Amino acid sequence: MESYEILESTGVATRDMFENLLPSSERRAKGPYIVMECYEEIPCNPCVTSCKFGAVQMEELNKCPHVDYEKCVGCANCVSHCPGLACFMINETVGDGKIDITFPYELKPVPAKGDIVNALDRKGAVVGKAEIVRVLSGPRMDHTNVITMRVDKELIYDARNISLE
Amino acid sequence: MKFSDIVVIGGGPAGMSAALAAADAGVRVTMMDRGQVLGGQLIKQTHRFFGSERERAGTRGIEIVKILRQQIAENKNIEVLKNTECLGIYSDGVISYETDGKYGLMTGEKVIIATGAAEKMLQFENNDLPGVYGAGAVQTLMNVYGIQPGQKVLMIGAGNIGLIVSYQLMQAGVQVAAIVEAMPKIGGYKVHASKVARMGVPILTRKTCKAALGTDHVTGAVLADMDEHFQIIPGTEEEIEVDTICLAVGLAPLSELVSQTRCKMRYIPQLGGFVPERDENLELTAKGYYVAGDVSCIEEATAAMIEGSIAGLSAAIATGMNHPEIIGKRDEWIKQLENLRSGKTGAKIRSGFAVMNGGK
Repeated sequence: MESYEILESTGVATRDMFENLLPSSERRAKGPYIVMECYEEIPCNPCVTSCKFGAVQMEELNKCPHVDYEKCVGCANCVSHCPGLACFMINETVGDGKIDITFPYELKPVPAKGDIVNALDRKGAVVGKAEIVRVLSGPRMDHTNVITMRVDKELIYDARNISLE
Repeated sequence: MKFSDIVVIGGGPAGMSAALAAADAGVRVTMMDRGQVLGGQLIKQTHRFFGSERERAGTRGIEIVKILRQQIAENKNIEVLKNTECLGIYSDGVISYETDGKYGLMTGEKVIIATGAAEKMLQFENNDLPGVYGAGAVQTLMNVYGIQPGQKVLMIGAGNIGLIVSYQLMQAGVQVAAIVEAMPKIGGYKVHASKVARMGVPILTRKTCKAALGTDHVTGAVLADMDEHFQIIPGTEEEIEVDTICLAVGLAPLSELVSQTRCKMRYIPQLGGFVPERDENLELTAKGYYVAGDVSCIEEATAAMIEGSIAGLSAAIATGMNHPEIIGKRDEWIKQLENLRSGKTGAKIRSGFAVMNGGK
């Protein structure tokens, strides 16, 4: 089955679809960057309007977003603005075999900084442990908490959610 | 008998937008809705809306309804009749309604009908057992009244409603055992599918619910695979334990009231079933009557709000408020709606309108 067909029948984006979105290795080594896992053309553009740096571009309302990684500073503002909860920020420069993945989280309870939780993959299966290193939740986020988890760098494609038990 | 320049029937996203657009153009509007509060389905949409900034994308439905209610409350041109059910539209243009147990009659120079849609049912054994819900009811219980409908839910339908309500069930602390979908592909936005998938909810395509199990209430469901002709494949049945079955199998326009205007009705499956024929300004073949929202085309609330603005302005223009600025505003909304529908996800709607405009 083609990658996109897998997404269409399961809701799970394949590894190659994700890897196609990644910026150059130089840019990845520089600092945090956003990955917009928005593979389907839908009429939606808050990612574009929420970006203060003009890094997110879209041909027109019904196209997928495109990130200009020269302009993206990794602020993660789009993470809480995307109605599809499809923006993830990745930071591969933390060292020690770890990476940080910042993701939107709309469940209660909200984890606290320092918590050790389960990292879940795109199907909700436990794939390892994650340390919560940052929690942003304020009126500006409007109940879409922006959580950063630290996981093994091998989980760059897999880790997309957490469970608190 | 009561009279208003414009009567808006239905106080959901389309009706509220229609009333505001017309009132802002300078005409007096009476809006009736059968609910206790205005807002229609918006009052339970806790998710952020899609679209562009002008359509309030990124804002949650429950916040949008607050903004619209406030604007309506502050607008001196709008009279709101809550708890008011429209009973009929007569051939002489008289509208009858019941408000707080009293019968009333009124007329309007122009009438906008925004009655929305009703959920479809699915045929399966035991589908009348307590515990079988429509997705709208589940959303009302959870998001309006704060009540969990059950502890473990089977969702039927992977369109946007099925996906979004599954997500909201998980947010309410309810387990979703699976989402089954008869089609080979997920019908809703893939970003919605991805967010429920990563919470551990399996989305099973080409699968249906064959029967609900239980005697007094739902205790389980029988799932089965479907072939390409949507027939159950014998021998693929499996039982799962759930206490709630939630149906999200589509909506049908509530077009009974519309049809009383004696406008031309058409059966167009892409638009949701029996829908009134209407022009670009959303006027029906019965002149002076307009529609907005799901009543003439099943679509997202964003489109319903834009249609409301178009219908409200068109009706106001027809009463004589034909200032170029108002006409320009209306035409801008028409363009914006076209833009919203121009992509891949709008293909079905576009093909429906092609049928409507293509003659008999």
